[in-house]
Amino acid sequence: MIKSTVAELSLALAAGDISSVELTQAYLNRIAQYNGELNAFITVCEESALEQAKAADVARAKGDTSSLLGIPLAHKDIFCTEGITTTCGSRMLGNFVSPYNATVVERFNDAGVVMLGKTNMDEFAMGSSNETSFFGAVKNPWNTACVPGGSSGGSAAAVAADLCAMATGTDTGGSIRQPAAFCGITGFKPSYGRVSRWGMIAFASSLDQAGPICKSAEDAALMLNVMAGLDSKDSTSIDKPVEDYTATLNDSLQGLRIGVPKQHFAEGLSSEVEQAVRDALAEYEKMGAIIKEVDLPNSHLSVSAYYVIAPAEASANLSRYDGVRYGYRCQDPVDLEDMYKRTRSEGFGEEVKLRIMIGTYALSAGFYDAYYRKAQKIRRLIKDDFSNAFKEVDVIIGPTSPHTAFKLGSKSDPVSMYLEDIYTIAVNLAGLPAISIPAGSANGLPIGMHIVAGDFEEAKVLNVAHQFQKHTDWHRNKPSAMAKEA
Amino acid sequence: MEWETVIGLEVHVQLSTKSKLFSGSSTKFGAEPNTQASIFDLALPGTLPVLNEEALKKAVKFGVAIGAEISKRSVFDRKNYFYPDLPKGYQVSQLDYPTVGKGSLTVTMDDGSERVIGVTRAHMEEDAGKSLHKDYHGMSGIDLNRAGTPLLEIVSEPDLRTAKEAVAYLKKLHRIIRYLDISDAIMAEGSMRCDANVSIRPKGETEFGTRTEIKNINSFRFVEKAINHEVRRQQEVIEDGGRIVQETRLYDADKDETRPMRSKEVANDYRYFPEPDLLPIVIDDDYIAAIKAQLPEMPDSKKIRFIEQYALSDYDADVLVSTREMAEYYEVVAQQSGDAKLAANWVSQDLLGLLNKNNWDIADCPIQPERLAVLIARIKDNTISGKIAKAVFEAMLEETISVDEIIAAKGLKQVTDSGEIEKIVAQVIDNNPDQVQQYKEGKQQVIGFLVGQAMQLSKGKANPAQVNALLREKMQ
Repeated sequence: MIKSTVAELSLALAAGDISSVELTQAYLNRIAQYNGELNAFITVCEESALEQAKAADVARAKGDTSSLLGIPLAHKDIFCTEGITTTCGSRMLGNFVSPYNATVVERFNDAGVVMLGKTNMDEFAMGSSNETSFFGAVKNPWNTACVPGGSSGGSAAAVAADLCAMATGTDTGGSIRQPAAFCGITGFKPSYGRVSRWGMIAFASSLDQAGPICKSAEDAALMLNVMAGLDSKDSTSIDKPVEDYTATLNDSLQGLRIGVPKQHFAEGLSSEVEQAVRDALAEYEKMGAIIKEVDLPNSHLSVSAYYVIAPAEASANLSRYDGVRYGYRCQDPVDLEDMYKRTRSEGFGEEVKLRIMIGTYALSAGFYDAYYRKAQKIRRLIKDDFSNAFKEVDVIIGPTSPHTAFKLGSKSDPVSMYLEDIYTIAVNLAGLPAISIPAGSANGLPIGMHIVAGDFEEAKVLNVAHQFQKHTDWHRNKPSAMAKEA
Repeated sequence: MEWETVIGLEVHVQLSTKSKLFSGSSTKFGAEPNTQASIFDLALPGTLPVLNEEALKKAVKFGVAIGAEISKRSVFDRKNYFYPDLPKGYQVSQLDYPTVGKGSLTVTMDDGSERVIGVTRAHMEEDAGKSLHKDYHGMSGIDLNRAGTPLLEIVSEPDLRTAKEAVAYLKKLHRIIRYLDISDAIMAEGSMRCDANVSIRPKGETEFGTRTEIKNINSFRFVEKAINHEVRRQQEVIEDGGRIVQETRLYDADKDETRPMRSKEVANDYRYFPEPDLLPIVIDDDYIAAIKAQLPEMPDSKKIRFIEQYALSDYDADVLVSTREMAEYYEVVAQQSGDAKLAANWVSQDLLGLLNKNNWDIADCPIQPERLAVLIARIKDNTISGKIAKAVFEAMLEETISVDEIIAAKGLKQVTDSGEIEKIVAQVIDNNPDQVQQYKEGKQQVIGFLVGQAMQLSKGKANPAQVNALLREKMQ
């Protein structure tokens, strides 16, 4: 049962085949069995999870038929959860107990979802391998010598190893999609503004977006139905009606125009990944879709622009961690300056400090025009590239990552790590919805396929992803190492 | 060498909104430390700003009132610096696209001359909290009640040439802000704060000299003193062969001097960039027109109208329009009493004197304008003399009964019965034969003395005009 999708669990719970308490206990057992090995969770909330499960069962007995009622989920530890430690993967917030809930958390609570715990992540979501966490690296369930991807690596590993039915993630440059690809699951980043950022600890405000990490596109639709919507507490959330994202999952793909960016099938792409995506495209053609090459001429600039804009915003967003009001404070500061310097030197890890320095530099007097302003211009060009492409095609499909999961500790050079997100970053700069779904396998490691659509075309992305999953079984593959049942 | 002073002012006013610029916390002054700080004001992780539209309205109102350009699209920026009373580590302000652009206001100097002073811009920003430097077990305290309070920073052009002009500009600004009711603008409480940029140059020179910025000036009087002190200091430095260093200086009112801030207190690179948590503010012509339509009559046009409508002197009109409340009070008195000139005298002298003596706002005054109007009407219809009216005015402070009841109760009604007056006049002529003789010999001014005697005899109740006329008649 724990290996089922949310859609299946929802039916089983409704039919009374299993109770939420039983299901929750099964996941808690599984966490106890495998979390030591995977390090996917930072905090496990056994007691409160079982209480929520009990409440869900009671609500169901009283006639509540909400689709996610009683289904166990894990939140990335970037979402503030009232009364529960919210660390953001950092020593800086190692002792931070949030006094309030993020809107995403609140919405899942209102839907009667059970929260199993908080998942590990790269520190302040800065990383593509989940190795920058203060709480240690997360292991990939398919091969524990490999990384799960990042920054939502804990959520992705937990879903892939069936430590939870679904999880939340956040995506600033690929942090939902790349770990989903590495862990062989479904990860969806909605359009910027579709899901509220209130209570989601900021990395780069103009790029951050929350989304579902789960086992199928259908599950992503069910989750997004709960997560999406205007929030008066987030000025950048969008006042646009929320569709029922499950309604169009089964629309026919006959005549669908799929764009294939030539820049995403160029040097640097591994042949196995290329083959898997080309096979998937052939599958779509069988469903009646038309494949067209599209040009994204500025895509080679996206990583550079991103690594100016994101660190610049981060350098300001992380200024609040100063040891004055909450979080880590150094021992016995001699004066204010000493407190600032040691608190921040000791509280932040290396990658975070590196990015704060890059961002501070990019915004400095005399450099602003050369870096920040220029990066914003590139951002507009990239957005225009997509707008032009979407005049000719309905979705754009390519690989999520140039290769499968790499070995822990194998990328020590920051730039090679930054290039991990070469296919995903442009989508954040343009604010578009995009999903990664499993589309193949190489050497026992999953391969992810990336599907992008225009602004607020979440339903289109989910429809295209769901149709692929109806015709293939890649999303049903499970890591054999985690086969043992408790 | 003859020097010319060049001054520009940066004035911060706290916009009088109920809640903060980006959070729902109260902005009330004087609460217990940190009782008005929400999770956003504390900059807890994950919290986000939402613009208070009331603050925007007030900023636009100011811009419209001084005829400034209003930006259809304005943008908030982050101004980055570390300080314990700045919880986010950045202040949200407006750098390149302020809500209010170029405008101007006219100031009138004591000699009646007028100067038009340019306003470069006015932008919205959030206030910081307060560091409490009294000792808390070896540590400093932080009070975040003020953190996030909306400010409007109004920046003038370097158009001011004397400390007196600077004060006149500041007072004019204060008057406009109070008329618009967008801020309490109380300098002593910090809801209006002034920084002055001061430089000097040889008379006739067109280039600006190096300027210093003076902070911490918290009264109109200190603005004048601080600028004058700084001008003298700069002259001495230059005349001694030195050079002015561009720096920020603090005004010390106790010592009446300015001194440089420690270099650590002067941050240099604020690394401004657009605030990504807020969308640009976009407003249209209708929005601006709606605010324009709600503007009250502003002091300058009110003054002109008072001079025309009520035939007042420039000076009287200026005193009466100094606050909106005073002007409104005056108009009630003028209209209901039927004598605008007399009303102006009473309001600008007796009433204002009373307010100043008791340190009252006009709203606190126990004498309502309708009552004062009745008092003036009784002077005008000869029920009481002007002198008696002063006594009635005093009595009105104590008594809640009507003006007529006070006059009746105290027997203060003026004697206009000519029989009564004839008796008094006869007595005065009898009692003062010398003066009567002098008058008859042509010494006209004795009449004043004789009228005074008659008034005394009547205990002030005789109509002085009648007495005067009758005396003259009898002494023919």
